[in-house]
Amino acid sequence: MAATLPPPRLLPSGDSAITVEFSRNIDDAANGRVLALDRAMAATPVEGVTETVPTYRSLLVHYDPVRISFEALGEQILALAQLPVPKATKTRRWRIPVVYGGEHGVDLEDVAKTLKTTPDDIVARHVAGDYRVAMIGFTPGWSYLSGLADSLQMPRRQNPRLLTPAGTVSIGGVQTGVQCLAGPSGWHLLGQTAVRTYQLHRDPTFLLEPGDAITFEPVDTKTFAEQDRAAAAGEIVAELMPS
Amino acid sequence: MSKLVVTSIGPASSVQDGGRPGSQRYGLVPSGAMDRLALAAANTLVGNEPFAAAVEIGPFGAAFTARGGAVRIALSGASRNADITGRPVAVDTSATLADGETLTLGFARSGSFSYLAIEGGIAGEPDFGSLAVNARAGLGSPYPRPLQSGDELQTKPASGAPERRIELPATAKAPIRVLWGPQDDEFADDAKKLFIDSEWKISATSDRMGYRLEGPAIKHLHGHNIVSDGTVNGSLQVPGNGQPIVLMPDRGTSGGYPKIATVISADFGRFAQTPAGRAFRFKAVSMAEAQAAARKFWELLRSLPDRLRPIESFDLDIDALQDANVAGYAVSAVDAATWQVTSPADISGPD
Repeated sequence: MAATLPPPRLLPSGDSAITVEFSRNIDDAANGRVLALDRAMAATPVEGVTETVPTYRSLLVHYDPVRISFEALGEQILALAQLPVPKATKTRRWRIPVVYGGEHGVDLEDVAKTLKTTPDDIVARHVAGDYRVAMIGFTPGWSYLSGLADSLQMPRRQNPRLLTPAGTVSIGGVQTGVQCLAGPSGWHLLGQTAVRTYQLHRDPTFLLEPGDAITFEPVDTKTFAEQDRAAAAGEIVAELMPS
Repeated sequence: MSKLVVTSIGPASSVQDGGRPGSQRYGLVPSGAMDRLALAAANTLVGNEPFAAAVEIGPFGAAFTARGGAVRIALSGASRNADITGRPVAVDTSATLADGETLTLGFARSGSFSYLAIEGGIAGEPDFGSLAVNARAGLGSPYPRPLQSGDELQTKPASGAPERRIELPATAKAPIRVLWGPQDDEFADDAKKLFIDSEWKISATSDRMGYRLEGPAIKHLHGHNIVSDGTVNGSLQVPGNGQPIVLMPDRGTSGGYPKIATVISADFGRFAQTPAGRAFRFKAVSMAEAQAAARKFWELLRSLPDRLRPIESFDLDIDALQDANVAGYAVSAVDAATWQVTSPADISGPD
């Protein structure tokens, strides 16, 4: 008999959602339990649950309060959260091409200066990482990755930019991320990928799933431009790696 | 095929419906109407499904002209002057525009959003089962952006059905009810007390992503950064300056500020209709009360078809008269700066 797992906290997010919190911090073990509960809730649908949203440290469970009460749903969630965390069976690993620096990653030089090294070294450190999609949130396809090397961790920008390019690959705090759409960001922009993590009328519309493994591969601007044209036409330019 | 041509329109006006839930795990927010009851009432008046697509009209005036045939419409939500080529149209009634006639809407007088439902619905290509505009994600049909003058909404010719009014319960003036959490433990008891005891106003820089509140600064116990977690409509997040932001249907699906409380679902539409600058209060309730209110709200939505009434001429006159005499809550030219198309920066970065 395995030791009992500490139960998550059930925090009400209004009357139609429960935040099932496993940790207050960014924590790979907690993220593993979030994703395990997410899978368990998909495998054992609970009446009244409408949607689940995994994040770093909690699973947000949306439900219809006309069909199930907070208490009844809470009990079922606690029971499912006690199931042992299965070893992730088949992790998908994606190779994501990135053009680093220059106009594609305007903060690369500053990041190198701040961390007292060269841009090439920053790229080498970022490429060496073994990342996991911890959560997807904020805007469609914005993928938050865990696994950033300690040597690349630095506070976010004092002044967030109002507009950063589609496909930006950036670092912020203990995280790195791939954004799909152009939008505001306070992270440090290292590079850009042609990969669309979200593309309407493509199958699949959303490329990445929470739990997927990610490896970055540096490419030159010419390759990026070719990949960008192919991706715009609906091609998936991320590569699924043999596991 | 008839169509309704947008002849003039202000910002914060877009096609909205029940939204597109189901993909928040990929960062796609559902969007959808700010006030679902008003959307459902307008649709019910013209025989549409309650959460069919309609035009959500912000606090400013607007005008629409029927082309290619007659168009039957209904208006619900914020009260405002409305007429079809001089014939007054009351809120919560249906009416028909003959080919070439123009529906003219004034500024919202109480409330912020009106819903213009069109009999037969709005023709468009749904994405994820919805026509709702989410401009940031490039979604929405027939236009993936707020409406502009010259836009055309294709629909079916008017059926000629008799016009109706719908009897809705009077809008409560009571405080907006909230449930504490999910992160109320990031705030001391006196900060929570201050939140409940204070008067609040919705700031001029609010939009469909978030309503910024103006009032006393609510202090955090441990700083304003938490690890991002999921958000809902009505999440009351408190950024570093202590001025809460209530997340609205175009919110980010995750956020990194502590959320002191959440507007209950039954009061969300009423909250969304609160005009900028008007003082209001919050009231904390129990989960039992919030869920009872949610069930009651659902019963109200279900009862809408039973609330339709024939229009007798004096009904229309009385409504129009009352409508014309509603005092207060006038939207001034200063308020016209309120509904900005741009989004406040501090609710729109990844955390």
